Amino acid sequence: MRKLLTSKWTKAVLFTAALVPFLDLLVRVFTAGLGPNPVEFVQHATGDWTIRFIVFTLAISPLRKLLNIPELIRFRRMLGLFAFFYVCLHFLTYIGPDQSFSLAGMWHDVAKRPFITVGFLGFVLLIPLALTSTAGWIRRLGGRRWQMLHRAVYVTAICGVVHYYWLVKSDVRAPLFYGAAVAALLLWRVADALRRRRRAPVPGHAREASVRT
Amino acid sequence: MLIRRGPDLKYSDVTPKSIYLNRRGFLRRLGIAGAAAAAGKGLWNLALPRQSVLALDKLDVKVKSPFSTTEKITPFDDVTHYNNFYEFGTGKSDPARNAKNFRTSPWTVSVEGECRKPRKYSLEELRALAPLEERIYRHRCVEAWSIVVPWIGYSLSVLINLAEPTPKAKYVAFQSFFDHNVMPEAKYAGIDFPYVEGLRLDEAMHPLTLLCFGMYGESLPPQDGAPVRTVIPWKYGFKNTKSLVKIKFQEHQPPTTWNMANPHEYGFYSNVNPNVDHPRWSQATERRLGDIFKHKTLMFNGYDQVASLYTGMDLRKYY
Repeated sequence: MRKLLTSKWTKAVLFTAALVPFLDLLVRVFTAGLGPNPVEFVQHATGDWTIRFIVFTLAISPLRKLLNIPELIRFRRMLGLFAFFYVCLHFLTYIGPDQSFSLAGMWHDVAKRPFITVGFLGFVLLIPLALTSTAGWIRRLGGRRWQMLHRAVYVTAICGVVHYYWLVKSDVRAPLFYGAAVAALLLWRVADALRRRRRAPVPGHAREASVRT
Repeated sequence: MLIRRGPDLKYSDVTPKSIYLNRRGFLRRLGIAGAAAAAGKGLWNLALPRQSVLALDKLDVKVKSPFSTTEKITPFDDVTHYNNFYEFGTGKSDPARNAKNFRTSPWTVSVEGECRKPRKYSLEELRALAPLEERIYRHRCVEAWSIVVPWIGYSLSVLINLAEPTPKAKYVAFQSFFDHNVMPEAKYAGIDFPYVEGLRLDEAMHPLTLLCFGMYGESLPPQDGAPVRTVIPWKYGFKNTKSLVKIKFQEHQPPTTWNMANPHEYGFYSNVNPNVDHPRWSQATERRLGDIFKHKTLMFNGYDQVASLYTGMDLRKYY
């Protein structure tokens, strides 16, 4: 299992798998498989895959600890960058077909409509995270600061769920499903932080704490 | 010599649906052969037949309508696979799948309430009340997409006049068929059923308001509201009532489904109005199905002749 996870091929396989939704869209473009409303089809598919990849990314840390497979960290950056890839496509369908590439129209819409505002905020917050996802940037920022910055993905995840929830007219099953997933993953982090704080070495108990690690 | 028959042509004269569906199927299969090298689950969906064989009767349309638009008609396949019919599921392609076996015969429509001649009509009786007209209308959904459909029916006013509403009748309430055994998906819709809608009596009497039995030269497919529905082209699509079972005249404004679900977003009038936005999206533009970019939405969906129904009314307040 460990060996499989650390093999360079696993990453390649996962990369290909993460591209399948995109390839599927490409095939559909060339085979008229996008249905009666092609723009909406692409918009919804890329939106769905954005929130899914955010959930996958957020699931890495809990899974590492719960299943005790630290090697999973190898895939986190890639999954996060795929979320960014799909959100870029999602945004393109909005700024292009919906807003006819009008920045003025876009700003007007972003300012006016809450569901667009939160969606846009979630997208914008991902940009610095994608840019600073390299090893060089981790070094330049320092691990601690880098980690602080990348916690912005929590806000993006919440924005994504709210954006979806405010979009649907009445059938809220899908946004609630992603909402539950994001809530569970964020609550796990809260619980984990509290647990660590409780275990943090206090003067006099230093030895005990060091034994535990 | 040229044989000029243009103006007399009806939609059904163009290409029989079975032929063009075959052609589509053929082209689709060709496409699959060509793209088979590429992977993706989309291919599998494409390989499955999209069109179930519906037993649709040909409807004999005797009258062409001056109300028809000359805009390009949306393909039948799109109009039957992109539906909001929440009783059969909330996804756009759900109704085509889930309504496939919807039984619409026998069918009765009850005309009741504040009128001198209430009665129940069988579908056959109802269809025979007036010559059927083909009316090519723009149809604008509140979700900012639109289509152009060759509906078949006659003005609802024919039926209203036969019912002889009393002076007390100010509104008309409409109700859709509902049976949760037939429509199990309805429980996830997030709105209450049966679906109810309503119009002011003068709106219902307007010649544009259509009692509709068919489209594209045939009877209505289940997912488009078989066997009988209303079409009010200057209002958002949800003001239409599909699979109509009851028409009731009443003194007070009837409750309407989407208004009950979300009163801030869906008003009783719901006239197509580019100047009054839905709280969550703009109504200034719309996307015609099949188009990439949007175009400007017209006041009353371009049916200016209804403007006089609303003189003196603040359409921002009565959205």
